[in-house]
Amino acid sequence: MTDQNGGPVLDTAFFRRWLAAMAAAVERAADRLTELDSAIGDADHGSNLQRGFRAVTTALEKDAPAAPGAVLTLAGRQLISTVGGASGPLYGTLLRRAGKALGDAAEVTQAELAEALRAGVAGVAQLGGAKAGDKTMLDALEPAAEALGTSFAAAAEAADRGALATVPLLARKGRASYLGERSIGHQDPGATSSALLITTLAATAEEAAR
Amino acid sequence: MNTGAPVGIVLVSHSGPVATAVAELARGLAGGGTTAPVAAAGGTPDGGLGTSAELISAAAEEVDRGAGVAILVDLGSAVLTVKALLAEGDELPQGARLLDAPFVEGAVAALVAASAGADLDAVEAAASEAYQYRKE
Repeated sequence: MTDQNGGPVLDTAFFRRWLAAMAAAVERAADRLTELDSAIGDADHGSNLQRGFRAVTTALEKDAPAAPGAVLTLAGRQLISTVGGASGPLYGTLLRRAGKALGDAAEVTQAELAEALRAGVAGVAQLGGAKAGDKTMLDALEPAAEALGTSFAAAAEAADRGALATVPLLARKGRASYLGERSIGHQDPGATSSALLITTLAATAEEAAR
Repeated sequence: MNTGAPVGIVLVSHSGPVATAVAELARGLAGGGTTAPVAAAGGTPDGGLGTSAELISAAAEEVDRGAGVAILVDLGSAVLTVKALLAEGDELPQGARLLDAPFVEGAVAALVAASAGADLDAVEAAASEAYQYRKE
């Protein structure tokens, strides 16, 4: 379904499809995420997100939230409660802040979503105390939220590029930071799953605009 | 605020045994008589390493006597989960607070202070002060 400008209609069903697609993408990527995490983390990122997004899927089926904002807040809450690692409160805060920014509107514009995502990213930065270049989720999310002002495809590209760009970085947050220079040369698992969240959003938008 | 009720203490660690043992240690060092309520929220519900929002909420409820709940954490996701739960608004009892304190030393200081009838501000001050104790 498209709006009058040919863009995707961003209604409740769209946000549910996005998160369902993310849950499926996490299932496919879980082993790779855990592998990345075993290089510089504690080898649980894939399985943690798997647990979290399975809970999101169940909650969305059970509660059927009635607005885009409510879909994101409910999902965020599930992630905080079920992930069991730092990515839970971080992704949970991302989605909850974004959901709150969207309010009760039954349908939102791409510009509103971009702004909500920026609010979510600011929440992640505040909670984790990280900034761009610290080899974290933010390295994918910040450029993606900015690029979403232009297009979904640009956001996906920016997120992927941001995740790849974490390879030469020195980790400054979380367990990976204890490794110091040995964290260099590995792609950050959190930035990788963040890119997955954004590319899934872009794919869902592309499908809706078809 | 001093209601006469003790401040409750919650100890959040990535490991169940660590949280439980630090609670025991704090109780032991807090000495004779009745101590303030302290509960451990360690690891995941299935006994693995990690942080459980569910266990933290349950522990906070268990020790809440209406005078506030002081939460001490070890690292990483324990810190972030408690912060996220506090931001959530209704997941933790009214007056729950994350203390900026070392886990073991802070737990002992907090429980000693709470057991002596200190209010939440004083418990927080005692626990944070534990950072000042150098070991060199």
